[in-house]
Amino acid sequence: MEPVKGMDPMVAEQARDEAGPVAQPQPKRVALIASKGTLDWAYPPYILASTAAALDMQVAVFFTFYGLPLLLKDLDAKVSPHSNPAMPMKMPFGPQGFRNFSWPIPNLISGNVPGFDSFATTMMKKTFKNKGVATITELREACIESDVRLIACQMTMDVFGFDKRDFIDECELGGAATFLEFAADADVSLFI
Amino acid sequence: MSVTDLTPVAELDCRGLNCPLPILRTKKALQNLAAGDLLKMVATDPGSVPDVAAFSRRTGHEVVHQSEGGGEFVFYLRKA
Repeated sequence: MEPVKGMDPMVAEQARDEAGPVAQPQPKRVALIASKGTLDWAYPPYILASTAAALDMQVAVFFTFYGLPLLLKDLDAKVSPHSNPAMPMKMPFGPQGFRNFSWPIPNLISGNVPGFDSFATTMMKKTFKNKGVATITELREACIESDVRLIACQMTMDVFGFDKRDFIDECELGGAATFLEFAADADVSLFI
Repeated sequence: MSVTDLTPVAELDCRGLNCPLPILRTKKALQNLAAGDLLKMVATDPGSVPDVAAFSRRTGHEVVHQSEGGGEFVFYLRKA
């Protein structure tokens, strides 16, 4: 609608708003920073991002520092029980009593036995599978399908020697300003 | 409303799946339906009860019926 001649532009705009269809409310925005790349810490950003998108929210995840490997084509996140006293060490097989038992693994073992992290990673993946939890790759696919913006931090890529070609094609490169421009209008902002 | 009044256009089996998969799969299934279509979703994750309710409030896809029995939770969602 053209503003009426001689009408105050503000009044004209208001009149247009009132006459037109009800404006759609802005979708909620979620801005996440993924700064850790172990298997356990890979879950929160990808779960929240994919679910927020399913709830019709606009989502961007900024992958920086140790979060960068979560964008690798060959995702190979591992978990380390070393110096992590809060991590239950339970077996994903055997009778229930055996499964419920949390093994007290001393740091001397978890830090010195070769392949201990790989062992713990295999156990955790098995447990997740048993419990019907999605894999990280599955959640990442869900993010891509629902147009979640996956932003790789250019500076930390340079610092740690990552190449864009190592990352999934769907990610974009950016810096602090790229993320903050989006996050400035976010309803939910989390540093993970 | 009795269950017999509900004839879903599509059914989704989310049994055995854990958070957030029931929600992600439900969202995907609804995308293939037309507005007003009914989707039946079955889950075993008790967390899906509050989560489906929250999903419904946020997206406008209405839960028109829901029931529980034998460790299963059944939801009927109408696409907005």
